Amino acid sequence: MITILAVNQVEVFYHKVIQVLKGVTLKVNDGQVVALLGANGAGKTTTLKAISGLLRAEAGEVTEGNVVFRDRRIDRDLPHAIARQGIIQVLEGRRVFQHLTVEENMRVGFLGLGGEEEAGRILQMIYDFFPRLSPLKDRVSGFLSGGEQQMMVIGRALMSNPKIMLLDEPSLGLAPLLIDKIFEIVHRINQEQKTAILLVEQNALAALEIAHYCYVMEDGRIVMDGLAEKLQHNEDIKEFYLGLNSVGTRKSYREVKHYKRRKRWLS
Amino acid sequence: MLSLLPQFVVTGLLIGSVYALIAVSIVLVFKATRIFNFAVGELLALGGYFCFSFVVWWHFPLWLALLGALMMAVVTGFLVERLVLRPLLSQSLLTIIMATLALGVLLRGLMLMIWTGYDVAFPKNLLPGRTVLVGDVAMSHELLWAGAIAVTSFAALAFFFMKTNTGLRMRAVSEDHELSMACGVNITVVFAVTWVLAVILGTLAGFLMGYRLSLAPSYTPLLALKAFPAVIFGGLESITGALVGGLVVGLIEAVVGGLIDPNLGEISAYVLLLIVLFIRPEGLFGLKRIERI
Repeated sequence: MITILAVNQVEVFYHKVIQVLKGVTLKVNDGQVVALLGANGAGKTTTLKAISGLLRAEAGEVTEGNVVFRDRRIDRDLPHAIARQGIIQVLEGRRVFQHLTVEENMRVGFLGLGGEEEAGRILQMIYDFFPRLSPLKDRVSGFLSGGEQQMMVIGRALMSNPKIMLLDEPSLGLAPLLIDKIFEIVHRINQEQKTAILLVEQNALAALEIAHYCYVMEDGRIVMDGLAEKLQHNEDIKEFYLGLNSVGTRKSYREVKHYKRRKRWLS
Repeated sequence: MLSLLPQFVVTGLLIGSVYALIAVSIVLVFKATRIFNFAVGELLALGGYFCFSFVVWWHFPLWLALLGALMMAVVTGFLVERLVLRPLLSQSLLTIIMATLALGVLLRGLMLMIWTGYDVAFPKNLLPGRTVLVGDVAMSHELLWAGAIAVTSFAALAFFFMKTNTGLRMRAVSEDHELSMACGVNITVVFAVTWVLAVILGTLAGFLMGYRLSLAPSYTPLLALKAFPAVIFGGLESITGALVGGLVVGLIEAVVGGLIDPNLGEISAYVLLLIVLFIRPEGLFGLKRIERI
């Protein structure tokens, strides 16, 4: 297994005073799906933005540590240069270019490598992944449903033939049935295109299903990591992220004073 | 008196097409960068002066002079983006808008130094053709040229935005900077292209107005004031709106000025602007935000 992306002891400050990441280390191997779990405000999105370079657009800065992609340091590169190397971030919240059509949206993601022929080939591939998008390709994307927008946004990321996709909460605000569908396709993309995926999710159960490896973040630090199937059976993960008690049945909040229970990694 | 109405309408629309050029120049920059370019008047005067210098000082034939002026527009647009706006990239918008005001003052000083404060005029009959009479309506050749150049420019812009990759990226950037960066769009390049296009449109307007009247650092930049109501009228973010707004401002100015009082004509566009703002604050063509419920 070759490591294609390594984040080493990265610290991030916003506006030079607010520290959000306090030394995050993680790595993604070629062709792997890596899940990054954690509560709101743990620093998951910031970690993704530190990798994709978008941090700088919002006055954030990597002050310590580095990000290495295929043996090359990238944390000083500009976002478009990082995207061109094959790292595409899919932003949280189904961000679409509202006034562009579905196909135009996807073409924005095409970086021009291989010309019109290649663009047509990838578009066809995306419509194979998401047959629902094909009849909608001339529709103004602002009017699509949430699920269709999420599909389009993932499709747009595929347009540049990424080596690694940074997916930020693809399940956010979608119906359970659609969530399954999206995760199934993410899994297929990983299998068929060999695209590595770094997946940030609140929906830990769904994420652990398709992930090979998993990191857990809290308060700007990685507090736990391990193979996904191992973490699935970890007591703490079960209790705090999967909502199950140690026996594996759904936890009753009436019986457990769960706020008294101390997370083991905080000792 | 009313029999002159068709004449005023035609003249108004033709002059309006030049206002539309200026208005579109403003909207282009605003859409892509959220910056209202207050230096647009000075930039168009500068373009007019470049043209003038090529024609009068160096005796270039007209087509070469225009080409030269457009090349200078490319250089100017590029320099403005690189030297004034790029260093201010992450500053607040207000700072940058103030910087465009400063740029205007700077350019005005520069023009005074190079071309002095006296009026200069292009030689008459520089553009071929003469006044055309259609029925009772007379159309002077410089206004016909103005209309033709404006229409060609808009057609070229429409093609650029709808059919080219760079045009598509510019439309994307105008919607969402962060998302565009995430998609691998180099937004500084898009900004540079935007400024170059804006200055090209300004240069064309500067040449047309300079040829029709004359050029002076004191009043040529003020022509941009005519474009401001056009821009707001159409709703800051709409290129079609700016185009229509320019035509409407020219039309109202000519009709009111011709039929009622020339002085009233000067302010009529602003009166109209006030009325539009009362009724539709987002402008007639302002983008409706798409809200899914």
